[in-house]
Amino acid sequence: MNQTIARLEEKQLRKGIPQFKAGDTVKVHFRVIEGSRSRLQVFQGTVIKRQGEGARETFTVRKHSFGVGVERTFPVHSPKISKIEVISIGDVRRAKLYYLRSKVGKKARVREKRQ
Amino acid sequence: MAAILGKKLGMSQIFTEDGSRVPVTVIEAGPCPVTQVKTEEKDGYNALQIGFGAIKERKLNKPLAGHFKKAGVEARKHLAEIRGASDAQVGDEVTVESFEVGQKVKVSGISKGKGFAGVIKRHGFAGGPASHGSHFHRAPGSIGASAYPARVFKGMRLPGQMGNRRTTELGLTVVATDPENNLLLVKGSVPGSSNSIIFIQTT
Repeated sequence: MNQTIARLEEKQLRKGIPQFKAGDTVKVHFRVIEGSRSRLQVFQGTVIKRQGEGARETFTVRKHSFGVGVERTFPVHSPKISKIEVISIGDVRRAKLYYLRSKVGKKARVREKRQ
Repeated sequence: MAAILGKKLGMSQIFTEDGSRVPVTVIEAGPCPVTQVKTEEKDGYNALQIGFGAIKERKLNKPLAGHFKKAGVEARKHLAEIRGASDAQVGDEVTVESFEVGQKVKVSGISKGKGFAGVIKRHGFAGGPASHGSHFHRAPGSIGASAYPARVFKGMRLPGQMGNRRTTELGLTVVATDPENNLLLVKGSVPGSSNSIIFIQTT
């Protein structure tokens, strides 16, 4: 990548973002703007991928809501994210957990890493 | 009207104040010295000639070297004209400061060359079935009738060279300017590959 663009993106990086990877369970506090007022929305689920680098990096969180799989992608460095909480660390062997999409019930779980 | 020459550095994204992401093209624009002021009386029309990009003096031919010497500015690789009357003098510099955030601009450049392309790529034709005994895959199909008109109409969309020609992208918005580093951030994509020379004009 061009050095000037790299410097431009570096300025937009946010500090204090916790370390997490695919397989971890996270709680994302996301600011939603409705008309003139804003409120915090919490999205909790399993991280199934992290993609991109620098300020353009995004991560996708998958959860089940009323029996339906829901996925949401967030920019890691978005100013709209007020907080990311890492609930548990998963024990996985892959960087992208697309296989979770075709699994239901008990098989759709990610084992927790033993400390 | 403000205009400037620049180099396309590539694309990125920036977060706006309300937190939404905006795709931007990063352009290194200027500073462009005015190398000639064309006037109605002398040249038949009003324009400013600006230069951009460093070039070694020895690479210039004699007429160009003389042109820069007369203007008293360092030699530049690319020249462009901004039409319209202006009170600028030879030697003045056009910088990104002549652009404002939120302004609408049009960006011209040489588009990426796609070579000799067929009608599907070049004109978006649908093509035929790939299998089940079909012999009609990516061909253009009928290009006209027979005895009358007995010729192919002009402007018929056929295979040919695609890209590598000057195109202009209209109605782009200036997202940010950085006079310190001579950067101009424009929302969306602009013609050409990275490191290609582009011309930005306000509309």
